[in-house]
Amino acid sequence: MAMADLIVKERSAAIGVVTATDEVPVFASGDRIRIKNRTPIGHYRVPHYLRGKLGTVDQVIEPVAVDNEEEGYGRNAGQRLHYYRIVVPLTEIWADYVGAAQDGLYIEVYETWLERIP
Amino acid sequence: MSGQHNDDHGHDHDHPHAEVGATGRPGYYDMLETAVRELLIEKKYFSAGEIRRQIEVLDSRTTALGGKVVAKAWADPEFKKRLLANGRAACEELGISFYDDTQLIVLENTDRVHNLIVCTLCSCYPRPVLGLPPDWYKAKPYRARAVSEPRAVLAEFGTTIPDAVEVRVHDSTAMVRYLVLPMRPAGTDGFTEAQLAELVTRDAMIGVIPANNPEGARV
Repeated sequence: MAMADLIVKERSAAIGVVTATDEVPVFASGDRIRIKNRTPIGHYRVPHYLRGKLGTVDQVIEPVAVDNEEEGYGRNAGQRLHYYRIVVPLTEIWADYVGAAQDGLYIEVYETWLERIP
Repeated sequence: MSGQHNDDHGHDHDHPHAEVGATGRPGYYDMLETAVRELLIEKKYFSAGEIRRQIEVLDSRTTALGGKVVAKAWADPEFKKRLLANGRAACEELGISFYDDTQLIVLENTDRVHNLIVCTLCSCYPRPVLGLPPDWYKAKPYRARAVSEPRAVLAEFGTTIPDAVEVRVHDSTAMVRYLVLPMRPAGTDGFTEAQLAELVTRDAMIGVIPANNPEGARV
């Protein structure tokens, strides 16, 4: 979780302030996630080669951003959630990957495309 | 590239030229663009002057801006810290504005990590700092192979990354743009920022090659 959010969250809790649902990020740096394997109709900025893959949250991207995918169709205009910088090992994406085990793919993914895994 | 005819060459040699300018009918997408643009102007969403102005904005962005940013980061450790913490704010300090509402994450190459930038979905690129992307960056072979066999792609650019070094491929597809901060070449201790900037190429800031060594530079 970005340091700023952590501080806001802690300060809010300390004085009994309840934050709105989407005000603070759902995921934090280090969380294990799966990029959802959805195939909605339209142009979605989550490349197919990453759908269903397992990764880790590297960083929360600030500030919150509008959901382009809904906004593009005029639905739910104005909803804002976080993007997260996700890292997926290249060996997780390509079974026959040639390279070092630590090589990774970094990408920003919107909150609606992520699910937490244990 | 040798043997190919480059339209941007100087004109100090003698050979015949193709006629300059389009002579055929405009293509389907050219006509579509013209029709949409004229409609939007007619409906007063924006003016022809605003389009011309935006072209000026884009034309003013070149690799030289990125070179200045990198050279300053090499020369000024405090600036480098700010640049890595918030790329956009640090560029804005130098007068480089972000007209397209994108954020910038600057990725530092070290002797343990090598960063490479690609946009698999289209051609997202740090335009405010580098201008327009090269054609190969937008072409499908680079876009597909940079994420599936980055080390082979790098080797084709002449960049061999040891196995002990981690390769990080950054697929730039949404709201954030990326810029690689290459390693400062050895033998540049007394260099001024302007001399350092000469060593920084577009390709080094995409991450396909290192910065030039001083011997090969036009100092």
